[in-house]
Amino acid sequence: MIRLPIYPAEPRRRPTDGPVRDVALTIDGAAVRVPEGATVLDACAAAGIEVPTLCFAANLTPVNACRICVVELEGARTLVPSCSRTVEAGMVVRTDSPRVRTARKLVLELLGSSVDLSATPHVARWIERYDAHPARFGPAAAPAAAGARDAAAPGHHHVGDGATAATVAQPAKVDNDLFVRDYGKCILCYKCVEACGDDAQHTYAIAVAGRGFDARISTELATPLPDSACVFCGNCVNACPTGALVFTREFELRRDGQWDEARQQETTTVCPYCGVGCAITLRTQDNQVVRVTSPLDSSVTGGNLCVKGRFGWQYVGDRPPPDTK
Amino acid sequence: MDLRPISTLPTDDERAAVDAVLGAPGVVPQALREARGRRHLLLPGLHAIQDRCGWVSAGALGYLCERLHVPPAEAYGVASFYALFALSARPPTALHVCDDLACHAAGAPALIATLTQRLGPAGETRAGATWHPSPCLGLCERAPAAMLTVAGAAPRATAWGPVDAAACVDAVARGEAPTPAPALIPQRGRAAYPERLLARVGVVDPTSLDAYRAAGGYAALRLALERGPAFVLREVTDSGLVGRGGAAFPTGRKWAAVAAQAGRPKYLVCNADESEPGTFKDRVLMEEDPFALIEAMTIAGTTVGAEQGFLYLRGEYPLARARLTAALAAARERGLLGDDVMGRGVRFDIELRLGAGAYICGEETALFASLEGFRGEPRTKPPFPVEAGLFGRPTVVNNVETLVNVLGIVRDGAAAYRALGTAGSPGTRLFCVSGKVARPGLFELPFGVTLRALLELAGADDPAAVLLGGAAGTFVGRDDLDLPLTFEDTRAAGATLGSGVVLVLDRTVALGPVLARIAQFFRDESCGQCVPCRVGTVRQEELITRLARGKPHGTVATERALLAELGQCMRDASICGLGQTASSAIESAVARLKVFADEVTP
Repeated sequence: MIRLPIYPAEPRRRPTDGPVRDVALTIDGAAVRVPEGATVLDACAAAGIEVPTLCFAANLTPVNACRICVVELEGARTLVPSCSRTVEAGMVVRTDSPRVRTARKLVLELLGSSVDLSATPHVARWIERYDAHPARFGPAAAPAAAGARDAAAPGHHHVGDGATAATVAQPAKVDNDLFVRDYGKCILCYKCVEACGDDAQHTYAIAVAGRGFDARISTELATPLPDSACVFCGNCVNACPTGALVFTREFELRRDGQWDEARQQETTTVCPYCGVGCAITLRTQDNQVVRVTSPLDSSVTGGNLCVKGRFGWQYVGDRPPPDTK
Repeated sequence: MDLRPISTLPTDDERAAVDAVLGAPGVVPQALREARGRRHLLLPGLHAIQDRCGWVSAGALGYLCERLHVPPAEAYGVASFYALFALSARPPTALHVCDDLACHAAGAPALIATLTQRLGPAGETRAGATWHPSPCLGLCERAPAAMLTVAGAAPRATAWGPVDAAACVDAVARGEAPTPAPALIPQRGRAAYPERLLARVGVVDPTSLDAYRAAGGYAALRLALERGPAFVLREVTDSGLVGRGGAAFPTGRKWAAVAAQAGRPKYLVCNADESEPGTFKDRVLMEEDPFALIEAMTIAGTTVGAEQGFLYLRGEYPLARARLTAALAAARERGLLGDDVMGRGVRFDIELRLGAGAYICGEETALFASLEGFRGEPRTKPPFPVEAGLFGRPTVVNNVETLVNVLGIVRDGAAAYRALGTAGSPGTRLFCVSGKVARPGLFELPFGVTLRALLELAGADDPAAVLLGGAAGTFVGRDDLDLPLTFEDTRAAGATLGSGVVLVLDRTVALGPVLARIAQFFRDESCGQCVPCRVGTVRQEELITRLARGKPHGTVATERALLAELGQCMRDASICGLGQTASSAIESAVARLKVFADEVTP
């Protein structure tokens, strides 16, 4: 029998707690001072420079996957992700150099040509800003049949003729009443996996499966959500930056062309269910709740909710019609 | 964490396979903390199931998850990452037929076409067997190559070459493959090129520890233990040895950095996940001189203060696996590994771990993730492995060839090591020569020998295009034959030695399909984590396929410009070396060899 050693994982590194010194660096020629332990992205924000981000969220561990936030760091061979790189004294950072612009433009083109970004905030503006043309890669290939991407084997792909651009387009997964997984909109930012796992819920119902372009968010063996470990807290929906995970009501309204942000308003209140007192923000359209979130900076929730607070609001609009009174 | 198990039950065979790795389950369930600390056994567990049953069923995966307390979704994510694990029912016998670069040049496309006719389409089951095309199997000197795996209570695996359709059909039918032939060392007997690393290869019995010791083995470890870590660090640093895996980082600096770390434990990892297409040097060393690697790892571990070493071997090297397993047991039995190495009171042992068909796991941080039981996804650096590597601990990770070089450095001293080679690239280098040459095989030459001299030794009559460094390397042409093969000269010429690949193509080989195969390879092997590589390798493949077929979008010039922009984004913005070099060979062929230089006339 072989030996059975135990290798404990290291505890995750925490940002420096308590008062810290400031670190001076240069961003786009301007001197910036930020507290030690801050990221380059924080420093850019302090300098008033907008850096686009997709896979970054303040309440999740950076995964550095989307690469749209890359900046040029003097002395570094490659560009570096600003969302996770911590500042060092004397750093010289450029956020708008030709290399940065090309990388961001290509990232937008690669995503734009392979994923449906129609529900991703800010992206249209960035595409214009970086002069990106996703159509350069040719017409989109036909969408995958339901389940085809789930069955893809790593290390093998069908070699086509290159005439069309492969995409992740596929039918939305509708396997429960609460939210829809429309993975044709998924940029694989890992946020939902983190929210389901180590960063919030510790349920681990989903993970990244497959490899390369066939990588996808999946339950074990692509089991439908109700048969998986999912507890329907909806924290993944909250984390999704592209509308791939979406409340069923919102999915239906968008599908039917009825989604209209001009007719919507947000109201922050307190969840009525238990004594914890989670802050919840109700987004309503025509006086009907269409989405529930929690403020990321709420000291109670950190942006997270449970199934009741997230989805248990049907009763709010469930008044009997007037004529049956 | 409260896991929801997979409800399908395992079969007796599946249960037995998992228990053989993890031990029988206790009467009292294992403490959660302890179970979770064994996550690193996920990959060995999956291997055991695959080897026993030929595929990983839901029940088997569920049982493994239950034993290790790993969430089923995560285990599925890991299993579906590796090409050697089948997650749908597959027969016990599977043939993997290499169609990568060297095999491509040796007629693999025609072989694949014939097999499709005779065995049915790839992936289909016929008569209890199936077959697949495969990326490089590291048998490039005997191209085209194949690997046969037969699952069962006594699983078998054989990789051999050259194969033809008849041999493949026969192997599948019988569930048996011929015994692989010994390594090819074409320079043998030529005094002009002294052999250091290859001295014992094909000469000393690789299965005998006594033979190894009689041939000078374990003298270096003895000396290292007697003179101490400071001596070894000084000699290795003074030797100027740099890493042979491709990145050419100074070995002495890496070792000194880990030796200086206060944190315990520390780990030594040998990167034997040799998957760069065209590379087979580490395989030959491990098959023919396994004790040398074990001795070198022991020197490295005891020098930097690591008590545990891991040898991460790619899953496609069955003979190396068998030889190393036997050699490790022999060394352990003789007190050359274990709690009291050579009776000198130091502790060091080595575990052999197998990769499972993922090129990316040769990237050091991806290798750590794989060893720890996660998907082989690279991690962002910093922190660097010398501070936070395997299990978050200070870790030295070295390539096989790098480590074996240490033996001579310790035994004969840094000055003797520097007597060969150039000032910037001291010592010798292993070159994996394959393709259109009369004498393919493994060559060991002092750094500084020109490409022309190497090609003359190998008998290349018509080197129209030479790929240096593998799929992640660079093409050079006839004008570059006087290039001295050193790190500094290749760097200055915008080329690379990479992992020592010298793949020779003559005028009969059309470069367009070769470039398309390289592009396919990177698409298949991208881990999928970052956008530039995940989507960029797809767009690159589509673009190269269009150009190879003479059907560009717009003009060839606009396609070349798009390729250049794609390459720049992948090089600049990808997380790891895979994406950063995925366009290197292709762009070098376009720039140096003028492939796709002409506009297509409609």
